[in-house]
Amino acid sequence: MADTEKIIEIQVLRYRPEQDKEPVLQSFKVPFTDDMSVLQGLQYIKDFLDGTLSFRWSCRMAICGSCGMMVDGKPKLSCKTFLREYYPQGLRVDALAHLPIERDLMVSVEDFVTKLESIKPYIIPKEPRTLEQGEYLQTPQQRDMYEQFSSCINCMLCYAACPQYGLNPSFTGPGILALMHRYNADSRDGGQAERNELGYADEGYWGCTAVGYCSEVCPKGVDPANAINQNKMASAINYFTRFITPGGAEK
Amino acid sequence: MSARRPYVRSMDGWWKRDAYFISYMAREVTAVFVALYAIVLLFGVVRLSQGEAAFNGWLQYLTTPWMKVFHLIVLAVFCYHTWSWFNIMPKTMPIIFFGGKRLQPGTITGTGLVASVVACLAVLLIVRGMS
Amino acid sequence: MKRSNEPIFWSLFGAGGMLAALIGPALVFITGIAVPFGLIFKPDTMSYAHMLAFSQNWLGKIFVLAVIALFLWHAAHRIHIVLHDFGVHAVTLVRVLCYGGAFVGTVIAAYTLLKL
Ligand code: SF4
Ligand code: FES
Repeated sequence: MADTEKIIEIQVLRYRPEQDKEPVLQSFKVPFTDDMSVLQGLQYIKDFLDGTLSFRWSCRMAICGSCGMMVDGKPKLSCKTFLREYYPQGLRVDALAHLPIERDLMVSVEDFVTKLESIKPYIIPKEPRTLEQGEYLQTPQQRDMYEQFSSCINCMLCYAACPQYGLNPSFTGPGILALMHRYNADSRDGGQAERNELGYADEGYWGCTAVGYCSEVCPKGVDPANAINQNKMASAINYFTRFITPGGAEK
Repeated sequence: MSARRPYVRSMDGWWKRDAYFISYMAREVTAVFVALYAIVLLFGVVRLSQGEAAFNGWLQYLTTPWMKVFHLIVLAVFCYHTWSWFNIMPKTMPIIFFGGKRLQPGTITGTGLVASVVACLAVLLIVRGMS
Repeated sequence: MKRSNEPIFWSLFGAGGMLAALIGPALVFITGIAVPFGLIFKPDTMSYAHMLAFSQNWLGKIFVLAVIALFLWHAAHRIHIVLHDFGVHAVTLVRVLCYGGAFVGTVIAAYTLLKL
C-alpha cells in the first residue's frame, strides 16, 4: 500500500431495467493505488460499496475481450486502463456506446454474435485435402496478409467507435468485417465468393464511410478500417466487370 | 416473461462526442466547398459561352471582396482536403510488401502529399507558360 | 444480401477526390486568388480570348469537364453521407438532390463545352 492513500471519484452509468426508466449516473469514492486498473476500481465498488453493480470481465489481462466500456467517453478495455491516469479529476464509466445496455455496464452481444456466425469465420479450403496429403502450406508472406486481422478478441470496442454502426445497426460493423477479411485473405481459403455476397452489400464494406476511429481504439492493432476499405476497390472492380467475367453475373 | 429491457441510447449529436468525430466531420464537410467551387467554375463556363461581355462580367465578379474572401476560405479547405485525403489513403490500400518490408502508412501519406505538391507546382508552371 | 450500387458513386467520388487533392489547391489559387488579385500571372491569363481558346481545344474541354463534373460528384457523395451522418432520414430525397444536382451540373457543363 502506498504511504498516502488516494481516493478517486468514479461515476458509473447505472441501468437496472426493473427499476430505472433510463440510465442514471451514480458516483462512488474509491481508494486506489497506482497499479489499479479501472476494472479493479469497479470490483472494489462491487465488493465494498454496492454489490448490485454489474459488469463483465474474465481474464484481467486484455485477452478475453469481455471488459470493454466507455472510460471518459473513449472505448477501452477496463482491465488495461489505469485509474491513475484519471487522478485527481476522476472518471466516468459508461457501457460501450452504440450497443443496447442490458444492465449497468453490460451491453447486449446478441447482434455481434449473430453476425459473427453469419460470416463463416473458419477456413473453407480452396482444395480439399485428405489427411494423407498432409497439411496446407503457407509462406510467411502469405501469412502476413491476414495475421494482424486474426488478432481480434471480439471486444467490440470498434463498434463503440463506429458511428455508422450506431446510426444503422444493420451494418455488419468493423470487427466482424475485419474477421471476414482475415479469412478471405488467407491463401488456404476459397470462401471469398460466399462471404463477399455480404461484403459487397450496403451492410458489408459499403456501409463504411472510412471514419477510421475503429482502428484507433482497437486494443489489438487489428486495423478494421484497413480490412474494410481495401476491399472497396476489389468490390468496385467486381461490380463493373461481373458481366464480362465468366460466372460473375449470377452473383 | 423476460425481465430484459435493453436500453438503446440516442445518437443525437454523436459527432460532438469525440474530437476524432469532429475531425471526421470536418473532412466530410469540405465537400460543400468543393461543390461551391465547382459551381463557380460552371458559371464561368456558361458565361464563356454567352460571349465576351458576359464572361468579363464573371471575371469582374471574381474580384469583388466577397468572392476574394470566399476563395481564400476555399483554398484553405482544399488544402485540408488534400491533407485528409492522403491521411486516410493508407486505410484504403491492401497490404503491400516492398523488398520484404511492409509499406508503412506514413510512407503512403507522405508520397501522396509530395505528389500533390509536385502536381500543383506543375499546374502553376504550365499556366504561367501558357499565358 | 443485395449487391450495393455504391461502386458507381464511390468511383466518381474517388476520382473527384483524387483530382481535388492533387491539383485542387493550385486551381483555386489561380482562378480565385492569383488572377483576381492580380498576382504572379499576366493580367490576361484568364481573358475571354485565352479561356475560349482553351475550351475550344479538345484536351481543354476534357480537362474543364473533368474538373467540374468530378468535383461535383465527389461533393455529392460526401454531402449525401454528411446528411445521413447528421441523422436526415429522407434517404431517397437526399440521394435525388445530391446526385441529381451533380448530374444536372455535369450535363450543363458538357453541353456548354461541346457548343463552344
Ligand atoms: S477488431 Fe479490435 S476493437 Fe474490434 S472487436 Fe476485434 S479486437 Fe476489439
Ligand atoms: S478482462 Fe479480459 S480483456 Fe479485460
